[in-house]
Amino acid sequence: MTEEAQKTLVGSNLEHVLQNGTFAVTGELGPPQSADGNVIREKLNLLKSYVDAVNITDNQTAIVRMSSIGAGTILVEEGMEPVIQMTCRDRNRLAIQSDLLGAYALGMRNVLCLSGDHQDFGNHPTAKNVFDIDSIQMVKMVADMRDKGLFQCGDEFKGQKPCFLIGAAAAPFADPIKFRPYRLGKKVNAGADFIQTQLVYDIEAFEEYMDKVRELGLHEQTSILAGVGPLKSPGMARYMKKNVPGILVPDKIIDRMSEAGKPWSDIKKEDRTKEDKKARSQAWRKEGIQICVDLIKELQKIEGVAGVHIMAIEWEEAVKPIVEGAGLHPRPEMKTPVL
Amino acid sequence: MSLGSWLRDRPHFLEIVYKAAENFVTRLDPLISWIGYDRVERLITPPEEIAKEIVFDCRMCGQCILHSTGMTCPMTCPKHIRNGPCGGVRGNGHCEVKPEMRCVWVEAYERSLHMPIYGTEMTQLQPPVNKSLRGRAAWITMLTGEDKEVPAGWEGISELTILDADHTCWFSSQEE
Ligand code: SF4
Repeated sequence: MTEEAQKTLVGSNLEHVLQNGTFAVTGELGPPQSADGNVIREKLNLLKSYVDAVNITDNQTAIVRMSSIGAGTILVEEGMEPVIQMTCRDRNRLAIQSDLLGAYALGMRNVLCLSGDHQDFGNHPTAKNVFDIDSIQMVKMVADMRDKGLFQCGDEFKGQKPCFLIGAAAAPFADPIKFRPYRLGKKVNAGADFIQTQLVYDIEAFEEYMDKVRELGLHEQTSILAGVGPLKSPGMARYMKKNVPGILVPDKIIDRMSEAGKPWSDIKKEDRTKEDKKARSQAWRKEGIQICVDLIKELQKIEGVAGVHIMAIEWEEAVKPIVEGAGLHPRPEMKTPVL
Repeated sequence: MSLGSWLRDRPHFLEIVYKAAENFVTRLDPLISWIGYDRVERLITPPEEIAKEIVFDCRMCGQCILHSTGMTCPMTCPKHIRNGPCGGVRGNGHCEVKPEMRCVWVEAYERSLHMPIYGTEMTQLQPPVNKSLRGRAAWITMLTGEDKEVPAGWEGISELTILDADHTCWFSSQEE
């Protein structure tokens, strides 16, 4: 954020929570691969009153889903605050701006600017991508609309400006690790008000990252929400450690997960009944939630961490015990924007 | 090893060449402007394209920022990110989209550490690309100033660099 820019208050609940210095909690909701709005309402019921705002993914992993703004409209109707995720993969600068004008008019106040997963990973690998601008340029574009009243081309706004709380993502553990704090700095310079990080399991590595972030003074210019997510099984933990770039899973966490399922894992494979498997899966999930709670408690101690972003997509039930377990319930009363 | 990769592994040499070429072209500006930018551009575009293609796998975006990105062409990134790298870089430093290719931005980062002249520019904000300059000779768009025309709101911000607390060069703390 440059000095000369006039920072406008956007009036979102998330902004309110962060400004009050309350440890923020955001959640995440993946829209369905269908046009059924009730899926959104059902998932929302599991998150309501446990988080301050809910991210709505934008064709996550490049798989076609209900649009984030469409789903966000349902959230607004239900009295919940969305964080609209917006990727550069599917829209050029015209489309991004026009979609955001619409989102603002529909009552949305937070946006998360992302590059987006490449279409090769999704269900339309033969599609053409856009990538007209990158996520950092998008942050700046949205900030200029709000703070300077300018479209990206430099034209001035005539009427209501879209005033969003602007978020961006950070990958503290992706290569080149030493450059990551500086890239965060670029996002801050572009105007990111808040940051949601990739999943954190390795507290020590994250502390090192935050040391550098504090040295650069970035934690004072943006609110950093550390990403957390409950593990479902030791297999999932091992898979992430091995295959997902930018996620570090320490062995002691994998061991904790294995240990939790030990009574059933010790039963010979051919003797293991369906009930045994079910019981083991439940034990794993319980431990996964407990690990998540423990991580949040550790994260709360790190200076410069303003909150957590809980990613429990397709396992929204886990959010309640996590937030309660971490002592973060009840959440501050929801402040809905004036429409 | 190709000539291109041999050269790219000598980023400090390349930045010196770049700086010299920039000086040279800037000095020739009055002459070029007298002959006519259009005419000169028609002449130099093909050789510029061939040379930069061989050395940098250049995509002729028309607003060259090679010296700010570790002498590595950012347009070869599958997501065309000008302010990279994205969060998907693999553990071995390869691209998440093209596993056989090293991430363009990992290379840019590593090379910038060997670039005392321009290395710090890695932390500058790169404005959106002006797609209408595609295919143009970047030396000419530099002289005409077209490559630096940024949208209102972007003035000045692109020069911001992120420095370490001791205000030294940003990568002073990066051991190799
Ligand atoms: S991994 Fe590197 S080269 Fe690949 S898309 Fe991301 S930034 Fe671009």
